[in-house]
Amino acid sequence: MNGFLELFADYDIFGAFWMNIRLTLLAAVGSFVLGTVLAIFRISPVGSLRGIGTAYVNTIRNTPLTIIMVLGVLAVWGQLKIEFFQDFDLNFFTYAVIALSLYHASFVCEAIRSGVNTVPLGQAEAARAIGLSFLPAARLVVLPQALRGAVTPLGNTLIALTKNTTVAAAASVAEASGLMKSMIEFNPDLMIYIFLTIAIGFCIIVIPMGILTTWLSDKLAVAR
Amino acid sequence: MTQSTPAPTDPPAADSTAKRALVELDNVNKHFGSFQALKDINLTIPEGQVAIVVGPSGSGKSTLCRTINRLETIDEGGTIRIDGKPLPAEGKGLAQLRADVGMVFQSFNLFAHKSIVENVTLGPIKVKGLKKSQAQEEAMALLERVGVAQQAKKMPAQLSGGQQQRVAIARALAMRPKVMLFDEPTSALDPEMVQEVLDVMVQLAHEGMTMVVVTHEMGFARKAGDRVIFMDQGAILEDTEPESFFTHPQHPRAKDFLGKILTH
Repeated sequence: MNGFLELFADYDIFGAFWMNIRLTLLAAVGSFVLGTVLAIFRISPVGSLRGIGTAYVNTIRNTPLTIIMVLGVLAVWGQLKIEFFQDFDLNFFTYAVIALSLYHASFVCEAIRSGVNTVPLGQAEAARAIGLSFLPAARLVVLPQALRGAVTPLGNTLIALTKNTTVAAAASVAEASGLMKSMIEFNPDLMIYIFLTIAIGFCIIVIPMGILTTWLSDKLAVAR
Repeated sequence: MTQSTPAPTDPPAADSTAKRALVELDNVNKHFGSFQALKDINLTIPEGQVAIVVGPSGSGKSTLCRTINRLETIDEGGTIRIDGKPLPAEGKGLAQLRADVGMVFQSFNLFAHKSIVENVTLGPIKVKGLKKSQAQEEAMALLERVGVAQQAKKMPAQLSGGQQQRVAIARALAMRPKVMLFDEPTSALDPEMVQEVLDVMVQLAHEGMTMVVVTHEMGFARKAGDRVIFMDQGAILEDTEPESFFTHPQHPRAKDFLGKILTH
């Protein structure tokens, strides 16, 4: 236990977790927006849009996140020299957010689509019958109910996303798991405590998400 | 119309349009895979007529009703016209035409996440571009008319089936449709709630609304119907006045059908 408390002085553990939280928040927004668009593609009456949505989900969902992250950093940045920001850290942070968003959008899409399946077909028919075309019917009638039915799978995706922010270490982003590695490297005698610190840190972030998900899914459920 | 004899009770041009055809089906066929659900349907429904569609289950009567606002597509070669305009295949034009055709479903299909009054105002606000306050005023008047104004702020699941179906009628009426389609509107209701829905429909019929009603309620057919269309196996077998249909059915299958439903 000797030297454990000094770790908090020597390493910016809270700063590293704050990085994971920022990655989570931004990628949550990015993946939710893209995932919603993909879900609309997948339920649309236009065959080519459905094809695009299906192809995206099947490709991205089945590719390991690490591959997407490294592909961004090595190929898009390293080879194609596409730079979002001059600042090195901010640039890689942006790459990490994009990779996380692209990857989790496929899961968000499927979560929303499972929510759409909870909405009876008659709801869409009634919307069409009063003269709403596809997009307004989706926006006003189908998706609001689908999202309420998708709270639990969306919550699961958010939890997975939170933990997957550790993969950003592969894009040289200074987050908690990367910090863990260097702490262990220099303090191997404290390895167990370091592991536990990081693990408990993630639990503290993630457990409220689970509680919130359960609460929301009860509160928002559509009575039929 | 002559200028010399002003008749304030007659709306202008009422004579020339009173009997215009509102719904026209020409040579309509419909296949579900190899199963033919509709066979050579030719049907014209003039303004103000209440047409009752009856027939055994699986006879195609619901499908017929649903093709009229293209919730079901039809086979190529057939045409459906609403107030003279052919139904477009899809897109904005179809949405606009659908707004002219009110639809009441067997399972009500009220928007489950919206309150009763929001159910009624959604179409007028989003499709017709009415101001919220005006849409709400009109919605309340319609809910009053169908007898559920007290429930305006509740959610659909809090209402009985009969109340929900009356709201569904108000929702359709809010679009000021030219014709109303009823697809077995009382079939999903508990018996004690059937009458309250039929009462609203009878009132609507007496006000001159053009209606196509798929139903098993023979009392309603006699009371409010101008015409009975009997279907079996996708085809129209009999098309006549209610009284003669019930007293002197011509087709053997119509006789058989009436024998089965009127004995119990």
